[in-house]
Amino acid sequence: MVGQDIRAADGGAPPWIVGSSDTPVGAVPRVATAWSWRERVEHFRCRVGSFRNRYAIEPRLYAVGRPGPRSEVLVTASYKLSFDHVRRALEGLDAWILVLDTQGVNVWCAAGKGTFGTEELARQIEAIALARVVAHRRVIVPQLGAPGVSAHEVQRRTRFRIHFGPVRAADVPAYLRDGFEATPEMRRVRFGVRERAALVPMELVPAMKVVAAYAAFVLLVAAIGPGGLRIEPLWSVGIPLAGLGVVALISGAVAMPLLLPFVPGRAFSIKGWVVGLALTATYAALVPAIHGTGWAFAAFAYVFAPAASSYLALQFTGSTTFTSMSGVRKELFYSLPIHLAAATISIVLLAAYKVIAWRGP
Amino acid sequence: MRYLSGVTTLRLEPGRCTGCGRCVEVCPHGVFAMEDGRARIADRDACMECGACRNNCAANAIEVQPGVGCAMALVSAIVARRSSRGECRCR
Repeated sequence: MVGQDIRAADGGAPPWIVGSSDTPVGAVPRVATAWSWRERVEHFRCRVGSFRNRYAIEPRLYAVGRPGPRSEVLVTASYKLSFDHVRRALEGLDAWILVLDTQGVNVWCAAGKGTFGTEELARQIEAIALARVVAHRRVIVPQLGAPGVSAHEVQRRTRFRIHFGPVRAADVPAYLRDGFEATPEMRRVRFGVRERAALVPMELVPAMKVVAAYAAFVLLVAAIGPGGLRIEPLWSVGIPLAGLGVVALISGAVAMPLLLPFVPGRAFSIKGWVVGLALTATYAALVPAIHGTGWAFAAFAYVFAPAASSYLALQFTGSTTFTSMSGVRKELFYSLPIHLAAATISIVLLAAYKVIAWRGP
Repeated sequence: MRYLSGVTTLRLEPGRCTGCGRCVEVCPHGVFAMEDGRARIADRDACMECGACRNNCAANAIEVQPGVGCAMALVSAIVARRSSRGECRCR
């Protein structure tokens, strides 16, 4: 499974391997530091879809530049996007990159699962006989690997000392230059608008399927009548109803993540509801059918869309860098019953609207 | 950016701390600070319970129940009636 998509078509070495370095334990592949256009496209595909699940490389030792026994060893995960950030940061340097087997998962997530961990690091150091490749006894582990790597435990088992490097690969050259000193800024996780925007497709793509199912359902509800299916209500009622799903989607999976620090409330469910309500009101101002099709129809809009946005916003906790499990558990405890209630009331309101419409004015 | 206050399971036993400073180093949210050669919790509510500090405290002075702060993981754990430890389904 590993590396299926990144091996060259002829089964040879992938294009980012540009040579090899001889070591006492055999030849080690030497990698380019620049990204190719093809890799940039692959990185984009990682952001938007399930391609990321197949973007793995072989766990082993790699060389950057012309490393020797005195060169540093940087540890990373077997997710190629993680590896690519490390190799690009090492432009112009001579170093070793030790890739652990994380089954194609990035450092932080793999550390949380323990696959980027004490066990695997100690095993790899022994398996490749790192002590024969380098004359020193230190490896640099990314700081976000610390939830999985117990530094004193690895040292006890391998005699290699662990230095926790900066959070971001781009800071590695400065960290090395300053003699393994990371500034407090390098030790902090940032979650700015660029980081959040990069994660939006991860929320949007799976939620789009649910919204498509919702749209199909409400279009059917709109079309059905005493005389069978009718086309006309699709336009007057069906499309405005389906649009509410899109409002919830944009609100909960796009607007709330992007506006995160500016939306009132700390709980994600509240933030999602607030944005959802604002966008529903905006939508109602633009689409006359929301207020002009009866009380049950209008009530459905204001109960359903903000609650759906709230539920979608809650999913974003999994993408953030600062939500704790205790916090999410507490939030779920009071928000999930409200979401279930809102779903039930929405169905009742939709049914009420249909009953009133069937009876005629 | 702040999440809910007063929820973290993080505990520090100052009597056990040897002042090595690893917790300050590994915490991605600046929860710990060194004071008079000992670690202290300077910003408890910033804790996201990743477990990096506990994992790297050779003196066992830190206790925290690590887990993934992901609603999807917790909901699927509830649905599947597995342990509610919050195993992440993401890759």
